Amino acid sequence: MTEQSNRLSTFHGGLKLDGHKTMSLTSPIGKAVIPAKVIIPLHQHIGDTGELLVKEGDKVLKGQPLTLSSSYVSAPVHASTSGTIVKITDHKIPHPSGLSAPCVIIETDGKDEWTEVSPVEDFRQLDATELRNRIRHAGIVGLGGAAFPTAVKLNPGPDQKIDTVIFNGAECEPYITCDDMLMRERADDVISGIQISLYALNTNNGIIAIENNKPEAIGALNQAIKKSNATNIKVISMPTLYPTGGEKQLIKVITGKEVPGNGLPADIGIIVQNVGTMAAIHQAIHFGKPLISRIVTITGKGIKKPQNLETLIGTPMADLIAQCGGYKDDAEHLVMGGPMMGFTLTTDQLPVIKGCNCLLVETSELQKKSRPTMPCIRCGECVRVCPASLLPQQLYWYASSKNFDKVQDYHLFDCIECGCCAQVCPSQIPLVQYYRFAKTEIWNLERERQKSDHARMRHDFRQARLDKEKQEREERLRKKKEMLAKKQQQENAESGEEDPKKAAIEAALARVKAKKEQAGLTPKNTDNLTAGQQKLIEEADKRRNQSKAE
Amino acid sequence: MSILTAVITLGLIAGIFGLLLGYASIRFHVEGDPVVDKIDALLPQTQCGQCSFAGCRPYAEAIANGEAPINQCPPGGETTILALADLLGVEAIPLNAEHGEEKPVATVAIIDEQVCIGCTLCIQACPVDAILGAAKQMHTVIEDECTGCELCIPPCPVDCIEMIPLKETLETWKWPLPEHTHTAPKI
Repeated sequence: MTEQSNRLSTFHGGLKLDGHKTMSLTSPIGKAVIPAKVIIPLHQHIGDTGELLVKEGDKVLKGQPLTLSSSYVSAPVHASTSGTIVKITDHKIPHPSGLSAPCVIIETDGKDEWTEVSPVEDFRQLDATELRNRIRHAGIVGLGGAAFPTAVKLNPGPDQKIDTVIFNGAECEPYITCDDMLMRERADDVISGIQISLYALNTNNGIIAIENNKPEAIGALNQAIKKSNATNIKVISMPTLYPTGGEKQLIKVITGKEVPGNGLPADIGIIVQNVGTMAAIHQAIHFGKPLISRIVTITGKGIKKPQNLETLIGTPMADLIAQCGGYKDDAEHLVMGGPMMGFTLTTDQLPVIKGCNCLLVETSELQKKSRPTMPCIRCGECVRVCPASLLPQQLYWYASSKNFDKVQDYHLFDCIECGCCAQVCPSQIPLVQYYRFAKTEIWNLERERQKSDHARMRHDFRQARLDKEKQEREERLRKKKEMLAKKQQQENAESGEEDPKKAAIEAALARVKAKKEQAGLTPKNTDNLTAGQQKLIEEADKRRNQSKAE
Repeated sequence: MSILTAVITLGLIAGIFGLLLGYASIRFHVEGDPVVDKIDALLPQTQCGQCSFAGCRPYAEAIANGEAPINQCPPGGETTILALADLLGVEAIPLNAEHGEEKPVATVAIIDEQVCIGCTLCIQACPVDAILGAAKQMHTVIEDECTGCELCIPPCPVDCIEMIPLKETLETWKWPLPEHTHTAPKI
C-alpha cells in the first residue's frame, strides 16, 4: 500500500523543475513501425562487447542473438526483427562523441518472425543462478539510462546480504514519461518482474519509489499488487524534486542511509533497479523474449506529436521523428535523454539503443535563454543545490585549470552530472561540461599509465630475453671448444704419439722463435763506419720503420 | 673528574646511537634506488632514446643523479615534465626542442606489407617486441603493443614503415574543455 511521505528522508540540495510531462502523456503507448532497416550496435552497455555470432548475408529471426558474451560484465545483443544482415560495419551511434562503432545492419522483411523461445512456467522452480543466466542471455541491461548488465547487479556475491530492493519509478527528469506510461499500462508486468528479482536476490522487501506527480502510475501499481496478493512489495510516493531518481539520492530519500563515496549500494544491503528493467525481466522469463525493444519518449516543443512509442532496438531515430509528425519549424536540437542529463546529437540518422529513454527536440526558445558565459562570482548557489554535497565552484576551478589531483581531492567522481549547478549558475557556466572534461582526462591519464606500465614490462622482458640468449650463446661456444679440446686429447692418447701436423707446426714455431732471437741480437761490426755507410743504414732503418707503420 | 664523566657519557650515547643506526641500515636496507623507480614510473616507457639515453630507465637514473634535466622527454611532453617537477620539487621547464617535439596525437607504426622484404631489422630495433615476423617472411606491427617510438623506421631498407595517428575510439574519446561561449550543435 502507498505510504505517506512524511517518514521519508531528504537529500541535500536538488531543484524543483517544470515537468513538461503532460505533452507526451496524452496518448497511450504506441507501436513504432518496423523500419526498412535496423542498425544494431554491438556495444550498448557498460562492459565488454560480445563475440559476433553472425556474418553478412545471414538470415536472422526476431530475438536471435547476434553476439555471445564471454566475459562477466557484458550483455549480448539480439536481432530486433526478422530479416537479412546486409552489412556488419562501423556506423554512427548515439554517443556524445559522434563517433562510429561496429553495428549489425539488418534489412527487415516485415514478417517480424520470432525465433524459438523458451518460456519458464514457474520461475520458483529454478534457482537464482539459472534465472540470472536467462536474464543475462536475454541481454537485459538497466533501462534507466546507464545500461549496466542487470544479471551482474542481481548477483551481489555470497557474503553480501541484500535486505532492500528499491525499484526506481521516480523519473525525475523533465519531459521523460516512458516509465510513467509503462507503470500505468503494464503494471502487472512490472510487478511480475519485481517478484522474479526479489526471488533471485532472496529478499522480501521490495519498494517501488515513485514521485508524487504520477498518481495514475501509483494507482495502477497498487491495484496490480492487490490483484497478485503481493505482500512483499510496497509503493512509496515521494515528493517531486530533481534528482530524486539518482541512485544515491533515492536511497537517501527512501531509507535515510547514505552510500559510501566510492562504494556501491550493495555495500549497505540495497540494490536499485529501474521499473522498465523489471518489465523486460518479466518478458525474458515468462515469455523467453530477449530485450529487443523499449519504450522511448519522443517529446519536446519542437516535435509535432509528442508521445511514447514501443520501439525496436536499432530503429533509426529519424523514423521515430517521422512517425511523431516530424519536426516543427522552430526545432533546433535533438537531445538523447532529458534536458538536464542528456546530450545533444548532431544527426538523427542514429539507431535507438537500449539506454535511449527519451528523444527530446528542443526549440530555439530554450537556446535564447543561454547568454554568454560570465566569470564565476562565487555566489555559492551551486553548492546549495548540489545533491551530492560537493563544492561545484571548486571543482570548476580545478577542472578548468587542469589540476586533476586537486579536482579528485574535491570528490569529482562523486558528481552524478545531474546539471543542478549549471541550471542555477547566474554566470551561465557550463559546469557539468567541465566535470565531464576532467573525468575523461583523468581516465585517459590512467589508461596511459597502464599502457606505459605494460610497455615497461615488455621492454624488461625483451632485455631479459636478449641477455639470456647472449649467455646461452656463450655457453654453447664454450662447450664446443671444450669438446674439441677433449677430442684432440683423446685422439692423441689413442695414437700414442704426437700428431705429425702438430709436430710440424711446433717445429715451424720454434724456427720462427729462433729467427726472432737472432734478429733481436744487435748487429756486429758497426764501429768505425764511414759517413756513407752510416747514411745507408739510417735510410734502411727509416724504410723499415715506415713499412712497419703502414 | 667532571670532564671525564661528560666524555664517558657522551661516548656512551654516541656508541648507542651508532649501534642503532648500524642496525637500522641493515634492517631497513632498500635494494636499488627508490627515486629512480618513482621517476621511471612517470616516464612514458616508449624506450625511444630521444632523451639521448638508452631508454627510459637510464634517463631516470640520470635524472636521479642530477646528470640530466627533466625536459628531455618529447613523448611525455608537458605532462611528464610537470609530474617530474612535482615529484622532485624542482621548477618545471619547457621541453628542450633539441630532443624533439611533443606529438599532438599518439601514433603507431604500420608496415606496408606489400613492400616489406622480411629483413627482420625492424624486429631487432623494436624495444617492446611489438613487431611480428621472421626472416624472408612478411612483418607486421601489433598495434596494441606499439608505443610509437619510431625506432623501427631508420633501419628499414625499403622505407615501408609509416607512423599513423591512433584512431579515436569510444574508449579513448575525451570531452573537450568547454569554450567560453557555449552553444549546442544544431541538428
